Amino acid sequence: MKRYFSRKLAIYLVTFFLAVTVDWLIPRFMPGNPVQGIIARAGLKAESAKLIYSQYMRAFGFDVPLWKQYINFWSALFHGDFGTSLWLFPQPVLKIILRAVPYDIFLLLPAILLSWFAGNKFGAFAARSKRLDNTILPLGYILTAMPYMWLGILLAWAFGIVFRIFPFSGAYSYSLMPHLSWAFILSLLKHWFLPFASLFMVMFGGWAIGMRNMIIYELESDYAHYLEALGAPRRLIRRYAFRNAILPQITGLALQLGVIVAGALVTEIVFAYPGVGYLILQAIQNHDFFLLQGCFLFIIIGVLIANFAIDVVYVLVDPRTRAGMEGRQ
Amino acid sequence: MWRSKSKVAICILLATLVVSGLAAVLVQGQSFERSETLYTGGKQWGPVSNWNPLMTGNYATGTLGLCYETLFLYDPLTDEFMPWLAESGKWVSSTQYEIKMRPGLTWSDGEALTAADVVFTFTLGKTAALNFSSLWDWLDSVTQVGDYVDFVFKEPLYQEWANYLYTVPILPEHIWASRTPIEVATGANDKPIGSGAYLYYGYDQTKMVWVRNDNWWAIKALGYSVAPKYIVDLVNTSNENSLGLVLQGSEDLNNNYLPGISNLIQGGYGLVTYYPGPPYHLPANTAWLDINLQKKPLDDLAFRKALACAIDVNDIVTRDYGNMVEAANATGLLPVWDKYVDQAVVDKLGLSYNPEQAKKFLADAGYKDTNGDGFVEAPDGAKIALKIIVPNGWSDWMAAIQIISNGAQAVGIDLEPSYPDFNGYLDARLNGTFDLAIDNQSQISNSPWSYYHFVFYDKLADIPSTQGGNYGRYNNQQAFDLVTQLDKVPVDDLAGMKAICSKLQTIQLTDLPIIPLWYNGAWAQMSSRYWTNWPSSAEGGDHYFPVTWNGYWNMTSILMLVNLEPAQ
Repeated sequence: MKRYFSRKLAIYLVTFFLAVTVDWLIPRFMPGNPVQGIIARAGLKAESAKLIYSQYMRAFGFDVPLWKQYINFWSALFHGDFGTSLWLFPQPVLKIILRAVPYDIFLLLPAILLSWFAGNKFGAFAARSKRLDNTILPLGYILTAMPYMWLGILLAWAFGIVFRIFPFSGAYSYSLMPHLSWAFILSLLKHWFLPFASLFMVMFGGWAIGMRNMIIYELESDYAHYLEALGAPRRLIRRYAFRNAILPQITGLALQLGVIVAGALVTEIVFAYPGVGYLILQAIQNHDFFLLQGCFLFIIIGVLIANFAIDVVYVLVDPRTRAGMEGRQ
Repeated sequence: MWRSKSKVAICILLATLVVSGLAAVLVQGQSFERSETLYTGGKQWGPVSNWNPLMTGNYATGTLGLCYETLFLYDPLTDEFMPWLAESGKWVSSTQYEIKMRPGLTWSDGEALTAADVVFTFTLGKTAALNFSSLWDWLDSVTQVGDYVDFVFKEPLYQEWANYLYTVPILPEHIWASRTPIEVATGANDKPIGSGAYLYYGYDQTKMVWVRNDNWWAIKALGYSVAPKYIVDLVNTSNENSLGLVLQGSEDLNNNYLPGISNLIQGGYGLVTYYPGPPYHLPANTAWLDINLQKKPLDDLAFRKALACAIDVNDIVTRDYGNMVEAANATGLLPVWDKYVDQAVVDKLGLSYNPEQAKKFLADAGYKDTNGDGFVEAPDGAKIALKIIVPNGWSDWMAAIQIISNGAQAVGIDLEPSYPDFNGYLDARLNGTFDLAIDNQSQISNSPWSYYHFVFYDKLADIPSTQGGNYGRYNNQQAFDLVTQLDKVPVDDLAGMKAICSKLQTIQLTDLPIIPLWYNGAWAQMSSRYWTNWPSSAEGGDHYFPVTWNGYWNMTSILMLVNLEPAQ
């Protein structure tokens, strides 16, 4: 077991190194100099601008050769320094991201978990039931094939503009400052509902279809037929099938949780929801190397942790993996 | 069993995370009484990130104007300087300017604001890299003499100096003195302490909130008091969203370009603009065509003249802008600088839309369609294919360059519109790799010098770092010298200024380094649902700029707040 985990760990470290390197490289391929963008927005007097330009170049470390910038980046990273945002200068990137992360968790965690739970339940229930298979399932296919963004726009239009039930922009009313009161919590929930619903619906469709197909596959397997031949009750067979069918779904769930900090990029853009996805878009538009780097770093770490968690969970929930690892037949 | 246990676990996990998610965004705050709150929008293109009035690019809306103040206000509409923190100021000799400070000024923490703070602020430009640092190239010393501050110049640049009088924020020495030059120039300056009409209240991802300063010096000194208790400046999300907020009356003042406002004004939404009819908005800057003179055939004057005659600016004004802008004067000078326009020069040299004339310019200079593709080739037979660029997403400009391209194509010039992202557009202009571009970087100010300094910026090699203008790389030492000379003309010597401006106009209209197109507006949509008495062009109305952008509060927008009245 030790060998298994140490090998996994080594793979993760190499992946981390490569992913972070790519993460550092990509923004630097964008055309244009971000400091020039800052100067352009500042509307400076030309005579003073030269001085200020070199000050910013120094402040962001752009005045040294690229290879040195890369080394400086790693050394800063190990000191927990993600750099300073260009777009929201002089705010530290870490502070900006940490401010956004709660909104992502608040939005995505319930959406992922609830849709996973309900989707699996429903998928298992619908499998092999003619009527549900013919009615609700196509709906699931439509839902899961639907781009989040499009569904989001539809919901915003229907509930925000036509029926005016839910607001469709921001995380809470702009007439409030965050504070602990029912008015604020209510506003928060109202603004949360539409983005949540659009995510939930799309994800629900995906999980339900996956589960339904898996159950049908399991019900066709030898052990199911054998149980059936023995005269076991239908419920029992289905329970066994469910336990086997849930395994790939757990992998899927873990992967979803891995990208939790940025998994709702388009939804957040449609609803102007201030999470990390929204930051990524702004970082790209404003050539904010450091913010973009920081956001992706969060995603890289999230995905790697999730993958590692899958490895661990599999050992726990699937006896076959455990047996294989210990070399038993 | 695994299932029911997991159910419980998931429920608990969910509940804790929702609660912790809630708790994480809950800090202190409250909501704002609508009738006491002015909602603004249009300046902030991202969450608030700093309150440093020296970082002219991205300080929070109102940092300079509501919180920090300047020695004077400048009114572009009357071309007058209004004493603000200074009680008066004058040139006591040709090289010495003297300011008398207003008595009884205080910072919002109760400390006195004195001449020492002014000396301290200007001296900061020596040590830190600030927007007024270059002042020290020609300023010799700043000294306090009691309530007076004396500025002694090596070589006074009167026009520029007048600009500093209403753009340099006066800072409290007792707070800023301990900061390093880097902190001064680039620090966030959390919880700013200023002297202005508003105090820092708070901010979050979507807004900046200021609260009225009931101890503001101008209440006693000038009898001014600002009406709104809170100013909540909302971060822009999209133009559609802004339009929705203004129509609902949720946003009282919006400074985004909102197309179609001309129709909505009549739509019963309670919306007003500065002018009740076209052009609806006050002009803020001139949009002109940058021409890259380093490229063929743009280096040929005849070709540029043909181009100028091929552009139908009126079509842009009516179809693209719905008459929300006005066609620019041939000189490109803003209407507030009308007095500097030498009409005789314009009449003699100015070009206007005339496709036949454009074709004639081309034919006379030897541009002919030799390969029969409908577009002219250069006299030496080289193919001509030009691109005109504006930033992607700037919809009004994107439509404008389509009209320009069509006009050029109609006279036989192969010109295609292109829309790189903002940084790509900026890069092309700064590095001189573009053919043609729309530009409006030079803004309204106290002196046409700032405009000419931009059009005829002389440090061509420094353009990528200074962004000083002249992106077409026009090189004419005579024009550069005239601009320098203009800077040295005292601000009260109108005849002197006019004489130099006239010479510059002759050069500009003869050589066509740029082609002025139209005046971009100081876009301002105001809702009279909660607040009335907005600035307006009407007789007896308040002729102020209703604009929250950086630099406009000290060009009379602060006075708008003094005169606003609650609707009920």
